[in-house]
Amino acid sequence: MSTAATRKPAPLLRNAYDVAAIRRDFPILATKVHGKPLVFLDSGASAQKPRQVIDAVREVYERGYANIHRGVYQLSQHATERFEAVRGKIARFLNAGSAEEIVFTRNATEAINLVAQSYGRTFFEKGDEVVVSEMEHHANIVPWQMLAQQIGIKVAVAPIDDAGELIMDKFAALLGPRTKLVAITHCSNVLGTVTPASEIARLAHAKGIPVLFDGSQAVVHEKVDLRALDADFYVFTGHKLYGPSGTGVLYGKKALLKKMPPYQGGGDMIAHVSFAGTTFREPPHRFEAGTPAIAEVIGLGAAIDYVEGVGRERIAEWEHQLRDYATARLSAIPGLTIYGRAKNKAAIISFTLDCAHAHDIGTILDEEGVAIRAGHHCAEPLMDRLNVPATARASFAMYNTMEEADALVRALEKVREMFA
Amino acid sequence: MSDLRDLYQEVILDHGKRPRNFRHPADANREAKGDNPLCGDKVTIYLKLSPDHRIEDVAFQGRGCAISTASASLMTEILKGKTEEEAKALFGALHHMCTQEDAAPELPPALEHEFDRLQVLSGVRQYPMRVKCATLAWHTMKAALEGAEKASTE
Repeated sequence: MSTAATRKPAPLLRNAYDVAAIRRDFPILATKVHGKPLVFLDSGASAQKPRQVIDAVREVYERGYANIHRGVYQLSQHATERFEAVRGKIARFLNAGSAEEIVFTRNATEAINLVAQSYGRTFFEKGDEVVVSEMEHHANIVPWQMLAQQIGIKVAVAPIDDAGELIMDKFAALLGPRTKLVAITHCSNVLGTVTPASEIARLAHAKGIPVLFDGSQAVVHEKVDLRALDADFYVFTGHKLYGPSGTGVLYGKKALLKKMPPYQGGGDMIAHVSFAGTTFREPPHRFEAGTPAIAEVIGLGAAIDYVEGVGRERIAEWEHQLRDYATARLSAIPGLTIYGRAKNKAAIISFTLDCAHAHDIGTILDEEGVAIRAGHHCAEPLMDRLNVPATARASFAMYNTMEEADALVRALEKVREMFA
Repeated sequence: MSDLRDLYQEVILDHGKRPRNFRHPADANREAKGDNPLCGDKVTIYLKLSPDHRIEDVAFQGRGCAISTASASLMTEILKGKTEEEAKALFGALHHMCTQEDAAPELPPALEHEFDRLQVLSGVRQYPMRVKCATLAWHTMKAALEGAEKASTE
């Protein structure tokens, strides 16, 4: 079968990292904005999609679409097989124990809400604590605050230092008899800090505390090995990993998922329904009520194939070169401050200019074709910690180039011409 | 670049860098805080309102982009001495100018001249994401007039 879904990435990268060939796989990168070539530096918000992903989704709708887990007819069986195959693919991608530990959600946000409302609401009591960090995305703050309002848990916040690193002894000191979960980002979406996940898990496990990592940024930038990390829960979103939006993943250790009650009720998650009572399916299906994002999940499978085809180590190596080059060039701009100087850092660079607000920077860069994020990045507590109202953020992906870092610097010089 | 120069006219850049009436008057009798949750802009508007509802003094503090700072600064210059009703009429006209293509509803002749000074903000119409920047201070001023403590562009 030579369908789009099984098409391999273009044969490249035998030796050098062939970024030009990769760029050809992402049709949108050839477009123009305000008459200028698009320089897309906002992949941290959502990554662009390679042809292989776009084709896979289209191919499902054109030739292989039906609802899953229901039909006795061939089309439905095939759709079901392809959908379920992605579960196994993700388990291998993250080195999870089995496909049954992979729950599909709409996004990382929903995955964290699932853990808060199913695991947290069942096993936490008033006065118990969830430890988060100062650099969390709102998605890993608000679900715990909602749980605090519902059942009276407390949210404890592990501080970061001025470089943007978690202060490990302060983190360890927060782990007490009432701590029921550590929920921390694996990579900050603002600072790029890659947190010492193994060490976090080791410290928590020494006290019998399970750990959830928000891997939305981390899975994009490095190879994640869940069994080596010994993560209890791990979440990520598909759209940052070059896959379709509407796809997210919750990994949970089988023993934990097995004792968790359903998150939402409906079709597909039940074993039997009667008005006298309903029984639920085993995980992971227990947590997947209703028709999921079928074509999109299959598209996520194609995205993972693509990333593995290029090679995660090679992508990480390229992105580190981009990070170092862009950091050096940005640092030379007068009045520019970079936030986040962690030793282990992804290619995510947040900065401010003394002469212009992040939004003014964003608007002027857009005019030059350069797309960056400006604002609080869904991390208002971190903005308070940094004592800035907003930052500009350039986030690099596998398809970005050194020339694009140069274009960013040139556009920032225009900002300075106007405002300085 | 022409659109950009429309957005960032010299007046905007000037007021953005050197905002007027950027202070907290001790005798202010109305104040409201405004924020734009999307971008984190924050502004506090202070008014000194006379018993006959005339704005005797108006000032602001806060932090935001060039557009929101300039809009607040221009507002403080224009509203001083205006009545509450005139201030609301100017806000209505500004909001219309920032969001609609057609001409704004007519203002009394005395206000037309003042409103002309706000034309420098009309560039935001081409930048829908920035309309809230241009109107934040005005929303907050209206909240202060109406005795509300908080305003939000959401």
